[in-house]
Amino acid sequence: MAAPKKGRRPAGGQGRPGRVLVLFLIAMVALTGGMFWSGHTTPRLGIDLAGGTTITLKATAEPGKESAVNETNMNTAVSIIERRVNGLGVSEAEVQTQGRENIVVNIPRGTNEEQAKEQVGKTAQLYFRPVLTAQTQAMDPKATPSASPSGSPSPKPSASASGATADKGKDGKDKSTATPKASATTQGRPVSEALKAPSPTPTPSGSASKKPKASESPKPPANGEAALQQKFAALDCTDPKQRAAAGKATKAEEPIVACSTPEKGFVEKYVLGPAEVDGRDVKEAGAAIDQNSGQWIVNMTFTDAGSKKFQTITGRLSQQQDPMNRFAIVLDGEVTSAPSVRQTLSANAQISGSFDQQSAQDLGNILSYGALPLAFDTQSVDTVTAALGGEQLQAGLIAGAIGLALVVLYLIVYYRGLSLIALPSLLASAILTYVIMSLLGPAIGFALNLPAVCGAIVAIGITADSFIVYFERIRDEVREGRTLRPAVERAWPRARRTILVSDFVSFLAAAVLFVVTVGKVQGFAFTLGLTTLLDVVVVFFFTKPLMTLLARTKFYGDGHPWSGLDPKRLGAKPPLRRTRRAASSAAGPVDHPKEA
Amino acid sequence: MSKRDRLSARLNRGEVVYDFIGNRKIWYGISILITITAIVALAVRGLNMGIEFQGGAVFTTPKTEVSVSQAQEFAEEASGHDAIVQQLGDGKLRIQVGGIDTEKSDQIRTELAEELGVTESTIAAELVGPSWGEQIATKAWTGLGVFMILVVLYLAIAFEWRMAIAALVALIHDLTITVGIYSLVGFEVTVGTVIGLLTILGYSLYDTVVVFDSLKEQTKDATKQTRYTYGDLANISINSTLIRSINTTVVALLPVAGLLFIGGGVLGAGMLNDISLSLFVGLAAGAYSSIFIATPLVADLKEREPAMKALRKRVLAKRASAAAKGESVDEPESHEDAVPAAVVGQRGRRGRSTDGRR
Repeated sequence: MAAPKKGRRPAGGQGRPGRVLVLFLIAMVALTGGMFWSGHTTPRLGIDLAGGTTITLKATAEPGKESAVNETNMNTAVSIIERRVNGLGVSEAEVQTQGRENIVVNIPRGTNEEQAKEQVGKTAQLYFRPVLTAQTQAMDPKATPSASPSGSPSPKPSASASGATADKGKDGKDKSTATPKASATTQGRPVSEALKAPSPTPTPSGSASKKPKASESPKPPANGEAALQQKFAALDCTDPKQRAAAGKATKAEEPIVACSTPEKGFVEKYVLGPAEVDGRDVKEAGAAIDQNSGQWIVNMTFTDAGSKKFQTITGRLSQQQDPMNRFAIVLDGEVTSAPSVRQTLSANAQISGSFDQQSAQDLGNILSYGALPLAFDTQSVDTVTAALGGEQLQAGLIAGAIGLALVVLYLIVYYRGLSLIALPSLLASAILTYVIMSLLGPAIGFALNLPAVCGAIVAIGITADSFIVYFERIRDEVREGRTLRPAVERAWPRARRTILVSDFVSFLAAAVLFVVTVGKVQGFAFTLGLTTLLDVVVVFFFTKPLMTLLARTKFYGDGHPWSGLDPKRLGAKPPLRRTRRAASSAAGPVDHPKEA
Repeated sequence: MSKRDRLSARLNRGEVVYDFIGNRKIWYGISILITITAIVALAVRGLNMGIEFQGGAVFTTPKTEVSVSQAQEFAEEASGHDAIVQQLGDGKLRIQVGGIDTEKSDQIRTELAEELGVTESTIAAELVGPSWGEQIATKAWTGLGVFMILVVLYLAIAFEWRMAIAALVALIHDLTITVGIYSLVGFEVTVGTVIGLLTILGYSLYDTVVVFDSLKEQTKDATKQTRYTYGDLANISINSTLIRSINTTVVALLPVAGLLFIGGGVLGAGMLNDISLSLFVGLAAGAYSSIFIATPLVADLKEREPAMKALRKRVLAKRASAAAKGESVDEPESHEDAVPAAVVGQRGRRGRSTDGRR
């Protein structure tokens, strides 16, 4: 065998194939170990394979607006709900209308199921209503409200932005106190200094931010509606049922009674005036970190019309006395917060409090994607079995296995000894694909649906393409009369270029689809991109070094008839006397292959 | 040795075995025929859209002992469409069937009630609107458009604009044929189908890029020699990468064929079929078009260039004079730069050299 020519070798792992291989294997073992360690040893399955939850929502029209339940509004609602659930990172949620007034939402099993359930039916009917009367109630009758009146006149108990009812929240994660700070556009300075809740953990201790009972002075609303007063007196916001029902199905232009979401063991009940600004006046909303406090907040920008209205309401309220100087942000009939106003504000409002990132994003998500044109009641929440049944996945896997066996057979027949390189490469690809998919389930909520399974099976066949390209290049070189080692090295740069260009095209397709599409197609595009990347990784760091190593052995190096590199079978010509015109730099050594 | 053995041996040796460029008109013709058939089928028969795209009906049965697969059979028999059957948490079945109207839905409900042995009134039937299917379709189209623009730009930079155009034509050709097959076979177009179709994007171009890469290399110094026209070189390229194209295609098609014939065959219709059929047709069309459409198109476009025209003249003149002298053109002096591996195999063989003389 010819001694390796120093300096002849292109860079890129050729020099120390052994080391590259070892590193690759270590990385692979580490990943696989990580998979077992994390306990997620199977990829998360999509709704079509694993089933999930199906939620049926029934549209309820506001009193006197029954005609609102029409096809246009239903379709709008479908697309808003679809955006919302997929905005949560739940991929491939399915939303469709069913019958005349139902919307069915299918959510795959997985991490965000609970959250999606909460978000799905939220009508996100957002109203800004002036507070007429307010009263604090203790959630837990044993917890006596601390009588220490809070020094500051403005801070008010505030409410969870997630607006879920009492049966929610394992960890109180979504019990964010939202104390809105309204800020003027021009200076962006918080106006009503909200008292930050010390921590989001809901400890039932009377907090300084609640108004002592003593300060309650129920002022009857100007129009003196006794009925409303009676309602207010009767309303017990500590009762989840009453709390949920209080502000629902009311008209925007009438005064209402409503509850805040419980916060730190206390809840406030209100009499609220007619809505003056509503969700449609919000141009966009999003989660952000407040520069001053470092807390998560939700910023709202109003439309032009909304700004005008907001200016009017804040201008009027800033002249009032407590509690008449407060406005309530009412989301789906629950008061998320009721800040006081001390000066006129216009285009922006922010809701702040002890949000965490998730709850701030949820609220921003809901506000941005707009209020649903209809109110919805959740009719049923059902678990469903897989839409395709296990037999489809099984058949897919069996068929895929048979297909792969055929691929293996074909490679062995055609490439003989070279299949010793091809098969481990295929195996490496398969293992890596599986491991990474399993790890991505918990990491980014990746769910494997049937199309993606097919994509992965096909992609493994496509991976084989890369080394076919390489092998054929090597055989071209051998045909030209080179011995194997130089052939292997010379073939690589050319094969590499072809592989990179073709894989780039595949990857481009995957990337474009991933960016542009939604749901299932996106999940699939992800699979495609992943397998393409793995293809490049395997060929570069596994197939190529392995080939280089094996080229040093006698069996391959001398072109044994079974090595798949037999010069005779390839119709190699005797080595040429190269003319000086030989443009290709690395002229192969001219030693004749000894026929074994 | 059988004839085929000899052919594979010759292919193995990288010889030119077929004049793709010379016979390109035949293949163009075949492709145009197939494409027209596909378009006509689409226009006349249209596509059988699944429940996600056109809505349908959903039936909810009372708690029943009937298995999911049995219910699926009943529903598919009664409606003639794919049915999706799911078991709800409380033992009820939810059966979704695409592409039916109210009248048909009543009829199916009656049949279902009979099959399941329950009274008709206990089965709730409601019409389902097209869900996110429309959104998915619109976005898939957008993705397709964006991808085409980007890939043409990329190929124009990596190779040249003529190759980019040819690749695009081949891609559109593959997609049209695939969609046409759906129209002819009458398989339901589901989200799975759309996904399968989108997969073809990357893979159909894979083979094309491999051939183009070789073509670029072969024709690097085309104008510095006088033995081959651009068309000849393109032909050499196709022939030298033929075995590569065949192998990559076989290897990609085998698993898909497994999904289609084994998976689909065992289960009858279903998502697997939806996906694998589009993949199978698309991959096969992609391989075919990379050899018979894309490369000849590039040759056609290139031959219009003045430099290549001049080359053709020179080559033909040289051949004419050689023929006049009675020399064989098949025994060239080696010209390494322009014609690597591919031509080498021909030396001294009786193999009919197809140097594209027409």
